[in-house]
Amino acid sequence: MRKIINRQRRRSFGLIALFFVGWEVACLVSGMSDLILPRPSQVFTTMFQRMPILWPHILQTLMTTMIGFALGVALGVVLGAVIGVSRTAYETAYPLLIGFSSIPKVAVVPIFVLWFGSGTVPAVLTALSICFFPIVVNIATGLATTEPELEDVLKALGASKLDILWNVGLPRTMPFFFASLKVAVTYAFVGTVLSETVASNRGIGNVMMTASSNFNVPMVFAGLFILAGMGIALYVVFSLIESRVTGWANRKNDFAAA
Amino acid sequence: MQFGMTIIAAMAPPAVLPAKDLTDPHAGRPVPAVELSRVSVTFGQASDSVAALAETNLRIHEGEFLALVGPSGCGKSTILRLVGGLIQPTEGVVILGGREVAARALRIGMAFQNPTMLPWLTIEQNIMLPLKIVEPFRSQFRKEKRGAFRDKAHDLLAQVGLKGFAGKFPWQLSGGMLQRANLCRALIHEPRMLMLDEPFGALDQFTREELWAIMQKMWLAHKPTVLLVTHDLREAAFLGTRICVMSARPGRIVDDAPVPFARPRTIAMTFEPDFVALNQRLRSLIVEARSGATVSEESL
Repeated sequence: MRKIINRQRRRSFGLIALFFVGWEVACLVSGMSDLILPRPSQVFTTMFQRMPILWPHILQTLMTTMIGFALGVALGVVLGAVIGVSRTAYETAYPLLIGFSSIPKVAVVPIFVLWFGSGTVPAVLTALSICFFPIVVNIATGLATTEPELEDVLKALGASKLDILWNVGLPRTMPFFFASLKVAVTYAFVGTVLSETVASNRGIGNVMMTASSNFNVPMVFAGLFILAGMGIALYVVFSLIESRVTGWANRKNDFAAA
Repeated sequence: MQFGMTIIAAMAPPAVLPAKDLTDPHAGRPVPAVELSRVSVTFGQASDSVAALAETNLRIHEGEFLALVGPSGCGKSTILRLVGGLIQPTEGVVILGGREVAARALRIGMAFQNPTMLPWLTIEQNIMLPLKIVEPFRSQFRKEKRGAFRDKAHDLLAQVGLKGFAGKFPWQLSGGMLQRANLCRALIHEPRMLMLDEPFGALDQFTREELWAIMQKMWLAHKPTVLLVTHDLREAAFLGTRICVMSARPGRIVDDAPVPFARPRTIAMTFEPDFVALNQRLRSLIVEARSGATVSEESL
């Protein structure tokens, strides 16, 4: 079993490497100008050469994203719990939420800037506003799918709504919650960078904006690669937490041995 | 036992009767554990409403094991949910322990056909769930979950033949085993009242019979008041001290008779002539109730 997994993993790594090699070769063969599409090797070279300059921006973007994400999770959990438990809240808040999530966040950034000035605060708010929605939906769904029979058993025992929420609703929601965290954290990056591009003088979004106005296309791509890398890294972190915390949802296989 | 015989279906025309005004023909006798007076339940609104229960009177006495049988959809489960305080009657009153109290205050133990074990907890933790909710256990839970409560859970598991399964997760157990655990969960807080809604319905014949015997043993040991809703007439006659038969929807109680057989009953007894005769009588009553339903549906 292990062997098969390892072989599969090696194969997928190989294919990913092949993608970059293919890109490199295609650019070389076609003589593509690096003003249009730089080769991966150029991008990585730029990334490492300019790392001292990029580093503070990476930290800025990472920090902004994590703050926005943390706030988004807090807001998402509370809203999701309320919506999942109360019918009235569900019917009131759902249309509002769907309306809000349909608004392109580009349109919201100027408003945040108007309120809080440019810089970190609007970036945090944009990250928050873009990432809390999947969390709300998943928490609410998880709570709403509690088995009615079990709820009856607990109600007959005199359990309060809070008891049921705490003992049944929230644990049941955990798999949904972690699945949504993985999605939400990548959304949060989108929000941060979006706001940094429009209104900030720090962060990867700003670096990319400046680089593109200087026609420094390899630098733009370096920014993209960094964002993608951070997104993947956080996705992996949350996947690992997920498999540790909610292993019961994946049944048998690995969990039985644990 | 004689109280049982006095319960008849309420055939009187509907009348607005204040709950407190009920004349009690049993004045001076022990207060029934459960009393439904002229209770009717209607689901839904106006035009598409469904009458689940029509003017039903029912008494269940302390320590009694009442089996409720009837054609499907006749409102058996509705009665169980009424007693459990999970729904409110549209008309009439439900009186528990002599007072019109909220059923929740009685901490009724319940078990359904679906064992609904929580997949992230071990069997032992699942069984201890009521202790997390019901006082006085609740306030001791943190301290006792590894001590007395755990012993209690293990003891119950041993009684239903699940010794050694305490640390397993629900998906590692078969349907029959889960249903045993479900019974343990319903009993762990030593409820005075137990509501069972077809708890053995999804099991094979042999497992079912084995669980009847376990159920009987548990009942004889603690003598809780039990209301068992079932489709299985043998089950009703094996376990019940009394059997009520309900008519088709809207349900009302059309027959109410004690079960005379001595305890502890054995599976062998269920094949004796008296037992078979009782089963046949119940069967014909239900067949009659069902045919009534067909006629009324056609006339709609």
